[in-house]
Amino acid sequence: MEFWIELVVSVLLVVGAIFVFIGSLGLAKLPDFYTRLHAPTKATTLGMGCMLIASVILVTYQQGYLSLHELLITLFLLITAPVTAHMLAKTALHHNLEILDKTSDKALSKRARERMNP
Amino acid sequence: MTTSPRFRLLPMPLHSLLLFVVWLLLNNTVAPGHLVLAAFLAIAIPLLTSGMHDPQPSIHKPFVTLRYILMVIGDIVVANFEVAVLVIGPAKKLQPAFVAIPLDIEHELPITILASTVSLTPGTVSAEISEDKKWLYVHVLNLTNEEELIALIKHRYERPLREIFKC
Repeated sequence: MEFWIELVVSVLLVVGAIFVFIGSLGLAKLPDFYTRLHAPTKATTLGMGCMLIASVILVTYQQGYLSLHELLITLFLLITAPVTAHMLAKTALHHNLEILDKTSDKALSKRARERMNP
Repeated sequence: MTTSPRFRLLPMPLHSLLLFVVWLLLNNTVAPGHLVLAAFLAIAIPLLTSGMHDPQPSIHKPFVTLRYILMVIGDIVVANFEVAVLVIGPAKKLQPAFVAIPLDIEHELPITILASTVSLTPGTVSAEISEDKKWLYVHVLNLTNEEELIALIKHRYERPLREIFKC
């Protein structure tokens, strides 16, 4: 395999792995449920994107035909990640999960729970 | 449900196109057999399910839509870096917040797209929507300026969506 393809694929894989790792790290490190939600919804998207692009390049080069079904994974990820985050946040609100003390406008979460206007 | 006579065979043309493309991508091929099967599914599934279809505002500006998609992809990359930096940095410095964003757009589909965009991009996760669909509650990972954030979301994401769906 040509050197530059190996290089591009490796760089994409490493960058992707770093972002997915940061996503998981955030899940463990951040202080409360709501802040924890941010890491896996965002950092992971780019990480997965990089890995899938690496897969497109590698398979296309090795098999000799354009392989695009990885794009579907990206599409499904982009559709499901925000919906999952929304459902989790909503459930957390309705279960009265503890909110970090320094969160500004904590009172707003009560209005949100009742689905009233602020 | 009333369908315009123009689209009797294809009650949901965009869904048909999407099904066609997704089927070919799933099988990773453009072989003639799969083209026929994809066409069959793209016609049959919307015909069978159009009765359950909940009418949504349609896209009026395809080019604005395309620009919006590209802009959101770019913003996702930027947001990923920002959140990664926040996650690695000290957790004590974070200033999480709940913010209520007034919505000008109506209808379920545009609001869903706005809420999803907000979840994917600028350090925010949409948490709840008010009963009358006039307010979107978001949780912000690190709030610096509330007015700025609301202005950013309204200006950058809501305005093009209003233009696209004309609502």
